[in-house]
Amino acid sequence: MVIVTFIFYLFASIAIASALMVILARNPVHSVLWLILTFFTASALFVLMGAELIAMLLMIVYVGAVAVLFLFVVMMLDVDFAQLRYGMAQYFPLGLLIGTIILVELGLAFGDWIYADNAPALRAAVMPAPQDVENTAAIGRILYTDYVYMFQAAGLILFVAMVGAIVLTMRHRKDVKRQNILSQIYRDPAKSVELKDIKPGQGL
Amino acid sequence: MLSNDISVILPELLLAVYAMAALMVGVYARKQEAISNLILWVTVVVFVIFGFWIGFAPEGTSTAFHEAFINDGFARFAKVTLLWGAAAVLAMSRDYLAKNGLLKFEFPVLVALATVGMMMMVSAGDLMSLYLGLELQSLALYVIAAFRRDSLRSSEAGLKYFVLGSLSSGLLLYGASLVYGFAGTTVFSGIYSVVGQEGLSLGLLFGMVFMLAGLTFKISAVPFHMWTPDVYEGSPTPVTALFATAPKMAAAALIARLLFDSFGEVVGQWQQVLVLLSFLSVFVGALAAIGQTNIKRLMAYSSIGHMGFAMMGLAAGTEQGVQAMLIYMAIYVTMNVGVFAFILNMERDGQAVTDISALSLYSKVAPGRAAALAALMFSLAGIPPLVGFFGKLYVLEAAVDAGLVWLAIAGVLASVIGAYYYLRIVYLMYFGATENTLNGRMPMLHGTLLAASSLAMIVGVVNLFGVETLAGMAAATLLN
Repeated sequence: MVIVTFIFYLFASIAIASALMVILARNPVHSVLWLILTFFTASALFVLMGAELIAMLLMIVYVGAVAVLFLFVVMMLDVDFAQLRYGMAQYFPLGLLIGTIILVELGLAFGDWIYADNAPALRAAVMPAPQDVENTAAIGRILYTDYVYMFQAAGLILFVAMVGAIVLTMRHRKDVKRQNILSQIYRDPAKSVELKDIKPGQGL
Repeated sequence: MLSNDISVILPELLLAVYAMAALMVGVYARKQEAISNLILWVTVVVFVIFGFWIGFAPEGTSTAFHEAFINDGFARFAKVTLLWGAAAVLAMSRDYLAKNGLLKFEFPVLVALATVGMMMMVSAGDLMSLYLGLELQSLALYVIAAFRRDSLRSSEAGLKYFVLGSLSSGLLLYGASLVYGFAGTTVFSGIYSVVGQEGLSLGLLFGMVFMLAGLTFKISAVPFHMWTPDVYEGSPTPVTALFATAPKMAAAALIARLLFDSFGEVVGQWQQVLVLLSFLSVFVGALAAIGQTNIKRLMAYSSIGHMGFAMMGLAAGTEQGVQAMLIYMAIYVTMNVGVFAFILNMERDGQAVTDISALSLYSKVAPGRAAALAALMFSLAGIPPLVGFFGKLYVLEAAVDAGLVWLAIAGVLASVIGAYYYLRIVYLMYFGATENTLNGRMPMLHGTLLAASSLAMIVGVVNLFGVETLAGMAAATLLN
């Protein structure tokens, strides 16, 4: 048990430190790299809790796709971050004020946190947690049965996003030379090669 | 079990399958122009048929997927309205799209997918299905707002709508997570029972207000209306017409569904929020529209004002109020179809014009069209004896009966102020200075829709085409 606690604190402190580095790093590429470290340690914490599916999802989706996408955006777009930060000090007090107000408001809400009597029961009733089912299997089981409607709807949303991206960006360019494999195969050597008899000492 | 669930969501399922099939046909077709045309008309026909199918479905309430999807009279009323509204707008959009080189097969497909999203919204019985329906609708609408991608205005409209829409989705999600945390369930009926037993805890109240903020963004009620004029102005006109009709109906119905199905026990708590929204919307809609010179911006402010009236009915918190809201929305959609049928054809020497002053002395050029538009403007202003007046009357009556007398008085005042800019259009058409009048022709279909819409405003006075009883039945199923 001591080891588990030790590992938890190890990963938790790395996660917090690297999250801090994300916003402190001067170079945006470094920020993204620190972000990846944060995702890694967070997924290690999930493994520690026994939520292996979420840990793997975090790795695959966030590290594998989102972070790499960020990296591409940061490296491809020539954004002058020093320029962006310019005037930061000027707006800082206002931002701090608004942040404090929101924090106080949310604190008020949190202070009044009362569980409804039947809330825990309702939450438990979503799916009884069987002892011998791993959570990957358990999530899969309700994702494709009870929540299949939401699952499919989410798929439809991604579909719309894909169609939208294509509609808004794809251009049918006429001036591009495209490869046409059939016409290459059917090329007739008799027509495409011309033999010339060149006399010695003369050019073509 | 699953087959039972699927039979409940069959219309949405088939519409989604249709949209995907249409996309496949469009992608693999050789003649793009012809196939886009075909898909557009088939989509219109599909919308109309689905409207009849849902409208004549047997009575009764059925749920699917553990109450994530509710099919009741209320949902069916909203679905028929938004399907036919979307069908009319899509049919009108063809000529504009073709003229501007925008006729691509993706357009009707995206509209169909947005419609699936709207149908999911009005049938939502769970916070998750609410959000997914809303996102499906919004995402498709963001794309078509920027559909004229070579135009700076259109791209700006799409981007603005997207960024602000994401912000409102964030607010909505934050509210939903608070509601889930404090109620312990995402199902509306579960939240209802928790609220019934425990009352509305501060956390639930917070969540509810955040969700309302996110949702009222979608119907552009003040103070969440800032995006509306810019997006309406920048989007291609048929897209503006769509924004002003079907999604408004869907979002208003969704707000009613959320408030009554999950917070129906604590009407007093959300009544004050809606009263404020309604009060601000009717006045901002009336006052800000006065200075507008662009008819699309004018219609944006007009829609803000009208949403204020719809929220007034909802603020009553009674069955009568929901009925009034439904009647109001149905009338509003009908009027807007007619007005946009006209706006789509505002042109001078083949150039599209959206300036109001171009309507000067239009009655000399086309007396029939001018008269039809005048009738619609009178109806939008709520001048008796046109149908628009009865819509306002029902809403005000519901507010008065619920004890919101001062709100009703404010509504009357705002509609008197608002009458100014509607009547100014009529004035310009009949008595304006004569220069640069419009001279475009109007295709048969647009003329028919304009005439039908304005005739409905006059003939509908007799019995509102029975919408009143239908809306009453629909409202009753929401509050059972």
